[in-house]
Amino acid sequence: MNVLNFVNAFFSDGAHWHGYDGIPTRLAEHVQYSLIALAIAAAVALPVGLVTGHYGRGGNALALIATAGRALPSFGLLVLMVILVGFGMVPVMVPLVVLAVPPILVTTYEALRSVDPSPVDAARGMGMHESRILFRVEVPVALPLILSGLRSAAIQIVSTATIAAYIGVGGLGRYIIDGLYQRDYEKVVGGATLVAVLALATLGVFWGAARVAVSPGVRRGA
Amino acid sequence: MIRIDSVTKRYPDGTVAVDRLSLEIPDRSITVLVGPSGCGKTTTLRMINRMVEPSEGRILLDGADIREQPVNTLRRSMGYVIQNAGLFQHRTILDNIATVPRLLGWNRQRARARAAELMERVGLDSSLAKRYPYQLSGGQQQRVGVARALAADPPVLLMDEPFSAVDPVVRKGLQEELLRIQDELGKTIVFVTHDIDEAIKLGTMVAVLRTGGRLAQYAPPAELLTAPADDFVEDFLGTDRGIRRLSFFASSALELKTSPIVAVDSTAEQIATRGAGDTPYLLVTDLDGRPLGWAEPGELTAGEIDPGRLLPYGRPFEHGQESLRAALDGAVLSPTGWAVGVDGSGRVVGVVSQQTIGEAIRGAHAEGAAVAAGTEAEVSG
Repeated sequence: MNVLNFVNAFFSDGAHWHGYDGIPTRLAEHVQYSLIALAIAAAVALPVGLVTGHYGRGGNALALIATAGRALPSFGLLVLMVILVGFGMVPVMVPLVVLAVPPILVTTYEALRSVDPSPVDAARGMGMHESRILFRVEVPVALPLILSGLRSAAIQIVSTATIAAYIGVGGLGRYIIDGLYQRDYEKVVGGATLVAVLALATLGVFWGAARVAVSPGVRRGA
Repeated sequence: MIRIDSVTKRYPDGTVAVDRLSLEIPDRSITVLVGPSGCGKTTTLRMINRMVEPSEGRILLDGADIREQPVNTLRRSMGYVIQNAGLFQHRTILDNIATVPRLLGWNRQRARARAAELMERVGLDSSLAKRYPYQLSGGQQQRVGVARALAADPPVLLMDEPFSAVDPVVRKGLQEELLRIQDELGKTIVFVTHDIDEAIKLGTMVAVLRTGGRLAQYAPPAELLTAPADDFVEDFLGTDRGIRRLSFFASSALELKTSPIVAVDSTAEQIATRGAGDTPYLLVTDLDGRPLGWAEPGELTAGEIDPGRLLPYGRPFEHGQESLRAALDGAVLSPTGWAVGVDGSGRVVGVVSQQTIGEAIRGAHAEGAAVAAGTEAEVSG
């Protein structure tokens, strides 16, 4: 098969394994962009999702923001940001964060709403402070769902971070954009394969995180 | 003592959940709030630990308004048990029970040691300590709920329909366990239920509430059964309150007869002497003195008594331990109309006829009526 030949050719070419355009460098850049975008999105969406979910208010407003966020095309946003603030990391981060906030926000809110109310009532009745109820009673139980929101956000970021290459920054998108431009399909397929592998690795990381962080009492059946 | 002083709870939409309720909840006893749904019993309970704030009136704990201390301090001094146990599913059984001690700042080791002690107290096997709630049955979860509420040794225990979600057999076990624990610990327990039988079984005092959150009657269970305040209470108590009331009279008042009892290895002479009494039947026991069944004296031949051919003896009652209700039940169940009284190890101590039980019941009623009349006189006086 053609595609497999491309993949094989791309990865067996020693020139692709070092230098500023080598796989390790591009991969590291891609991972770095993705982590920064995920961190910013989580810093924005998690607290809002936790607080609104705990108090059960603002669900409609959240749904609205989430829908609006999802409706924005990432590429269009990238171009718009370049026009507004010029080239650099900011125009790359904005569309990625906008992409990642809705799944984290909505899933976190829903995760907290789905926590059984009776342990919460018991916790309040035995004199636990609200913040302790949130972090010690609700979050541990909601954790699998919260992690799944972060996971889908992370995967969308990983695959969308390729657009960074359009405005001349690095990442695995370079192979795809440059490959298309140079009609070097070996490079395009190789880049796409790396993105796919990174997305799978992201899944693996979240699976591992859930194994470690979620209590066995909550994990059953999940 | 907890004093509920003309407390009203009115919601913003105008619904009145509790209407000018006043109750004095005595220390070291079980006070049951019972009534149909919508009678405000749970709301009343939740006002005691300020999960709900009253619209009017106040609640005093040992003479001081409960609003005087910080709300979480108040709640930590009251154990709280709810219907579905409300366990923390991400924590082990041991850590669930250790919750309040940990909140009070105990170190983990001490809190866990205390939790292990509590597991034993509520009848949970120590092998369950490292399990998670989903691995336990409903009844076991509810025991954990009770242990968790008792962990910091609070003087007050608030229980909101704690046994409603388990099956009747498990519920009976949990009720008996609660009475046993209460005997040992002497907590001030406020217990909410919609089940009048549970209220009568557990309550030292029972408050019957009616829809709209008004108090219908506040009395000890025996008095409730003897003298319901009005049609509502009478209706709520159900049809056989006369029989149920017998639970409050000890069977020790019954005089048992020992003459119509023969052992399975009796001689012809023994059978003849015993059978000559005024009872138409003889109770045959095994060599240890445990009942085998009834027979007419003429049917018994020494050395040839076949236990399989004897008449059934119903359910024996433990004399002195069980109530007149158990004795009557035993007599009704036996085809001979005689109940068999046994001791703690199941050995026959004597037999008693329906007629004798009837006389004891009439005597007890007369006594009960006198007590009830006395209470009324006190109240009006």
